[in-house]
Amino acid sequence: MAADTLVIERLNRTFTSPAGDVTALSNIALKVKKGELITLIGPSGCGKSTLLKIVAGLDSDYSGTVLLNDKPIEGPSIEKGFIFQEPRLFPWLTVEKNIAGNLSLKDSKVRARVDELIALVRLKGFEKSYPRELSGGMAQRVSIARALLRNPEVLLLDEPFGALDAFTRAHLQEVLLDIWQKNRTTMLFVTHDLDEAVFLAERVVIMNPRPGHIRTVLPIDLPFPRKRASQSFQELRRKVLSEFEKVEEPAVDRDHGAGI
Amino acid sequence: MEKAAATPLVKGKAGTRRRLNMRRSIQLKNILLAAALPIAILVIWEVAGTMGKLNPILLPTPSKILEEFVSLTASGELARHLGISAWRALLGFLLGGGLGLAAGIWVGFSYKTERLLDPTLQMLRTLPHLAIAPLFILWFGFGEMSKILLIAKGTFFPLYVNTFLGIRSVDGKLFDVGRVLQFSKWHMITKLIVPAAMPNILLGVRLSVGVAWLVLVVAEMMGSSSGIGFLINDARSFSLTAVVFVGIIVFALVGKLTDSLVKLLERRLLRWQDSYKGDGTL
Ligand SMILES: Nc1ncnc2c1ncn2[C@@H]1O[C@H](COP(=O)(O)OP(=O)(O)O)[C@@H](O)[C@H]1O
Ligand SMILES: [Mg+2]
Repeated sequence: MAADTLVIERLNRTFTSPAGDVTALSNIALKVKKGELITLIGPSGCGKSTLLKIVAGLDSDYSGTVLLNDKPIEGPSIEKGFIFQEPRLFPWLTVEKNIAGNLSLKDSKVRARVDELIALVRLKGFEKSYPRELSGGMAQRVSIARALLRNPEVLLLDEPFGALDAFTRAHLQEVLLDIWQKNRTTMLFVTHDLDEAVFLAERVVIMNPRPGHIRTVLPIDLPFPRKRASQSFQELRRKVLSEFEKVEEPAVDRDHGAGI
Repeated sequence: MEKAAATPLVKGKAGTRRRLNMRRSIQLKNILLAAALPIAILVIWEVAGTMGKLNPILLPTPSKILEEFVSLTASGELARHLGISAWRALLGFLLGGGLGLAAGIWVGFSYKTERLLDPTLQMLRTLPHLAIAPLFILWFGFGEMSKILLIAKGTFFPLYVNTFLGIRSVDGKLFDVGRVLQFSKWHMITKLIVPAAMPNILLGVRLSVGVAWLVLVVAEMMGSSSGIGFLINDARSFSLTAVVFVGIIVFALVGKLTDSLVKLLERRLLRWQDSYKGDGTL
């Protein structure tokens, strides 16, 4: 059994504002094994992005324990690759320079690795293009390559394919699985798309809001490559969905309680 | 221009070539139209002058001005004055513009510095050059120092204000990218902030260069024994109006030339922007 790469215990995060405090995360506990692919799913506002930002080191205003390889998170670092919902490329840099970022392409090692990644995300021929010349899906592939170049210990993806059309999304899911199978990078993948959550994950973490907490974790024991139309896939999809329907009711009740 | 000519040739279509020719002829027509009025004025001016309708001391004829231009150029006098002026403008611009860029980056970076420095700088910005010039001359004399400092004062602010604005308008989301990629503070500046602020910075450079020439004239007219400003002022006191015109024309040409240079720089550095894509086809 592989060791836990990421350990989260008793994690709480509250945003304070003049209008009142919002508990974005309440008592989160999660262990992620090395090389595991986990998807986090839940309605918007349940704290998915907040959780990812804390793991990334972009938010340090929490209480509880977050350990990466047994060490507490100390700010952002290249160990924790982050892929945002939008590609967030530097518009003044070409594709290859965006991937290299602050590393020099004159370094032959960097050069070779960038070329390798460009092939991996299927962008050969676009090395010298500027971001404005790319489609949304291509730009997101550049941002994936950029994160992978740093050989991250864990890759954090915050609804990375959320803004893309269904075909591009399906294609990028394949690309991502391809990468995962080759590199065995630990991945934490946030989505609000049920299909996507089941298609990619070894385990699906189901969250619900107010306050954001983990409702349940469902293992998806399906071999890769998965077929969306298959019986077993549909069954698991239904299982996750029914978990959500359970989730909705008490959430509403709690709201009423708070209202009174 | 070159780009516009090259693209259709690569496509190699007769239709695009014909369209290009049509565009050329439209361009030519536009140029001729634009030149019509100035040429008409010059001709009337020349004719009126030779007919003795104009006071030659107030308004020498275009041919007289051209003559003066040629003789000043031939004697090397014009080049000497221009060289000195350009040198002053360059030094003043480098000093003021450089400091403006640095201050803009520094203040743009930190709200603390902004609160500390910006109110004072904004107050100094509104001081007119003409009001400060006598003070500078008192402090630094009639030598090069006062002129260069006056130009520096003028060129500081366009670069300061625009750099500051540029930095403050950097997309905050890209900062997170820089943090996630573990950019050092130096890389944050050189790889993120400066490129993102570059459109504003270059606008600042263009405005600064313009101001440099303006302030130069003021500085050279206030007291100097060289430079184009001196040439104009000296010629005026001897009523050599043609020389005054030559000086003005030289300023106009040099101003236009430097502006075009900065524009060229802009086009090279901002190639990544959408708005520069269709350049030359408009
Ligand atoms: N910077 C912030 N300031 C105040 N409240 C915030 C901030 N970020 C998130 N929140 C609140 O925390 C909750 C969770 O937000 P988020 O993590 O973005 O949810 P999700 O990504 O699941 O849609 C929401 O109620 C949101 O309003
Ligand atoms: Mg979110």
